[in-house]
Amino acid sequence: MTGPTTDAPAVTAAALALGDDALVLSHRLGEWAGHAPVLEEEVALANIALDLLGQARILLSRVGDEDELAYLREERAFRNLQLVEQPGGDFAHTIARQLYFSTYQAFLYAELARTEGPFTALATKAVKEVDYHRDHAEQWTLRLGDGTVESHTRMQRAVDALWRYTGEMFQPIDGLTATHGTDWAALQASWDESIGETLRGATLTLPETPRSGAWTAGAGRQGLHTEPFGRMLAEMQHLHRSHPGASW
Amino acid sequence: MTESTDWPLWEVFVRSRRGLSHTHAGSLHAPDAEMALRNGRDLYTRRNEGVSLWVVPSAAITASSPDEKDSFFEPAGDKPYRHPTFYDIPEGVKHL
Repeated sequence: MTGPTTDAPAVTAAALALGDDALVLSHRLGEWAGHAPVLEEEVALANIALDLLGQARILLSRVGDEDELAYLREERAFRNLQLVEQPGGDFAHTIARQLYFSTYQAFLYAELARTEGPFTALATKAVKEVDYHRDHAEQWTLRLGDGTVESHTRMQRAVDALWRYTGEMFQPIDGLTATHGTDWAALQASWDESIGETLRGATLTLPETPRSGAWTAGAGRQGLHTEPFGRMLAEMQHLHRSHPGASW
Repeated sequence: MTESTDWPLWEVFVRSRRGLSHTHAGSLHAPDAEMALRNGRDLYTRRNEGVSLWVVPSAAITASSPDEKDSFFEPAGDKPYRHPTFYDIPEGVKHL
């Protein structure tokens, strides 16, 4: 991996935000290893986790040493969305989290790939991975929502529970707006339309509760995180902190 | 890992390159054909093994029975003239 580049500070901050999203969600998905409902699905989730980890490595190595960034930062120094740090919950929660995030990532990366800027190369490569993540989440949303009474209830509960974290995704990241000219309102409009269509197809109800509050709007991007994140970090960082410099 | 799934079993066939035929790669569980394709992608093509995938419900495959092995296959054993081994292969023809 190459060392940090001489990016402008806003671009470095953007790489940190996108890299932390990918890193944290990758770890959350990895938590399913050994616990997924069926073997086939465990492989699918691990595959997605590895795609995200690859994206995180590229992004974080633009900021500094990737291991130091992943394993030695305190909670307040992470810039990921609060959505991606939410615990897996039941399988429906994991799928709802995937649906919300991968739809956001798919639209954002498609935009970054289309425009010329510091993230064009990364986005061009990642967009194919992300399209698959989104397809996986949509397929499962349709099946769980339009499945049994039990799966419908759980999927609706998950979609509702995570809704409050979706507003944060469309808080502008300055480093992207300045370089790629990202239109955040258009991004949100595309996301709303796509999610609305998927939920309708899955016989689920689009939540109407607030999608952010004083305590969520942009908070993860400013380093304010929800309670489960500290425990997740403890598990993720424990080995590296106990055995500094250990290698395979 | 519990055996809680009643998902049907699917047989997966992978075409590794254009021009080659689909080859049986293995089997997997999935709730329906679309999900079977996706699971097949994750299980059998993630190291760049394929350009095309087929999934077939295992229940739809009719297999020959091991008991019939003799009557099915043995009569062919002593009929070497069925193999095109009595022709001279022209030089320069590598794959015939």
